[in-house]
Amino acid sequence: MDIILSSISQGLLWSIMAIGVYLTFRILDIADLTAEGSFPLGAAICSVSIVSGISPLLASFLALVGGMLAGIVSGLLHTKLKIPALLTGILTMTALYSINLRILGKANVTLLGQDTLMRTLQSFGLENRMAVLVVGGVAVVLVILVLYLFFSTEIGLALRSTGDNEAMSEANGIHTDTMKIVGYMLCNGLIALSGALIAQNNGYADISMGIGTIVIGLASIIIGEVIFHQLSFAKRLITIVIGAVVYRLIIDFVLQLGVEPQDIKLFSAIVLTIALSTPLLKKKPKRTKRVGKKGAELV
Amino acid sequence: MRTIGMKKKVILGLATVTAGLVLGACGNTSESADSEMINVGILQYMEHDSLTQARKGFVSELEEAGYVEGENLTLNYQNAQGDQANLQSMSESLIGDNEVILSIATPAAQSLATSTQEEPILFTAVTDPVDAGLVADNEAPGGNVTGTSDMVPIEEQISLLLSLAQDAETIGIIYNSSEANSKIQADLAQEAIEAEGVEVKVLTVTTTNDVQQVMTTLAKEVDAVYIPTDNTLASTMPTVGEIAAEYKLPVVPGSAEMVEAGGLATYGINYEELGRQTAKMALEIIEDDADPAEMAVETSTNLELVINEEVAKSLGIDPESIVLPD
Repeated sequence: MDIILSSISQGLLWSIMAIGVYLTFRILDIADLTAEGSFPLGAAICSVSIVSGISPLLASFLALVGGMLAGIVSGLLHTKLKIPALLTGILTMTALYSINLRILGKANVTLLGQDTLMRTLQSFGLENRMAVLVVGGVAVVLVILVLYLFFSTEIGLALRSTGDNEAMSEANGIHTDTMKIVGYMLCNGLIALSGALIAQNNGYADISMGIGTIVIGLASIIIGEVIFHQLSFAKRLITIVIGAVVYRLIIDFVLQLGVEPQDIKLFSAIVLTIALSTPLLKKKPKRTKRVGKKGAELV
Repeated sequence: MRTIGMKKKVILGLATVTAGLVLGACGNTSESADSEMINVGILQYMEHDSLTQARKGFVSELEEAGYVEGENLTLNYQNAQGDQANLQSMSESLIGDNEVILSIATPAAQSLATSTQEEPILFTAVTDPVDAGLVADNEAPGGNVTGTSDMVPIEEQISLLLSLAQDAETIGIIYNSSEANSKIQADLAQEAIEAEGVEVKVLTVTTTNDVQQVMTTLAKEVDAVYIPTDNTLASTMPTVGEIAAEYKLPVVPGSAEMVEAGGLATYGINYEELGRQTAKMALEIIEDDADPAEMAVETSTNLELVINEEVAKSLGIDPESIVLPD
């Protein structure tokens, strides 16, 4: 039971990163590799701020802002310099490596013994796992609420329309470049926020903690889409949270199975492959069905 | 019809996984500990020669003390394979069932220390436990965490290096800037070299791919090279050794393994012995109920002078002439 609670609470923290990845991956149709740099960026900003005496809440907010700045850089590289999205992500991620090292000052900054959001709650008498659960839960609810409200505004709708049909949006007077930059900004802000929360949960920020994060994000989205498909925007965000928790549960399950330590990466990859290929398996019969329908309509 | 069937299968599959999870997790926690059985957890950060040697030393020392795996010892071993996303889950799964948990390398130790403030945790292969936040003080850790540090005897290593390159005007240091332990050692080494009035040139790499180029750049400008116990440089020592041979540079690395892979000589740590030393601390906790809070952090008691004779000969140095300076 402890393991399941821990999976859920960690899944909540990771889901904020997954929601960020979703914004670029599904809405703008870009797999943004900046994530692997903005995730440790958030962790670095947050940890260094906390160590220098800033409150964990403000430190987490600063991480969010830092991630947004990184997103703006990626957005500008992609839209103004016309660099392909994949390369943009790699460029910013590479640059962030050095920047993160500069911020941290060394490869690993510890938060053991420091005030974190989780510790603050623990000081009110909450048990460790519950504290993580509460922090994750509150953060996820806030993020979904803010995004829901934002995507109902004119800018939010313009952003979604840019992703759906760029040419048509441009013809309708939407500044698609600006919208893309806003998308990048939101995405990386959330990823950095997630990095900040994970660092507080793990007890340290480490320069190499970004490796593999984009995979975790994509897996959470796909798992969410496999379980529930064709949903409205707000519900979709919730399914990503479920996806992130399920992904964590699957990984923890693999760990619990007593798999040989050297095989764990292989098992994670197999689990991911299954998750990623399921939509394809589902699509094939669907397409034939749709053709049939259209044919009927034509007649 | 077919699509619905497929959907059902997927949902069924996920349900099975979830059910399995519940059962799996329950099965694991409800396992009652045999009174004769001792449970020891091990959390290793990544697969790496030194770390694995430390683990093996730890286990064989326990064995020699009469705790044999499968008979009266259950080893709960997890290895995060360098994936920090999994460290937290692995830490949580080790808590609760073990008399003592061994963590190997800094992130593993930090992750465990965050997860429990009660159960005894030992660490090994951590260079600076105070900087890593694991202990309040090396002499009096103060919490549930203590262990062995792999801080190398840098001053001795530097005096060895200076005795091997007596006319050196500039000494190079190369390490991976993303490894916390390396930075600490490199800074100390720089201090020690400069204290002897010799100039220092530091260059860093970020991946194994950079080593060839950075080492060549460094080799052109220095008379000898010092390398900390850096994971990246450790795995590329053959490359480093080749370039050093080409430029006739003596290289003193942090560990014995690195000397064997292409360095000239060092005065360093044997990780297997360090693991054994950590196991002795574990035995104190298991058998004598020792309190980690009062157990001082230990550094290696088993240092040895290691010389690569082939490299020495290629540099025109008589291996017999290499001794530890006083």
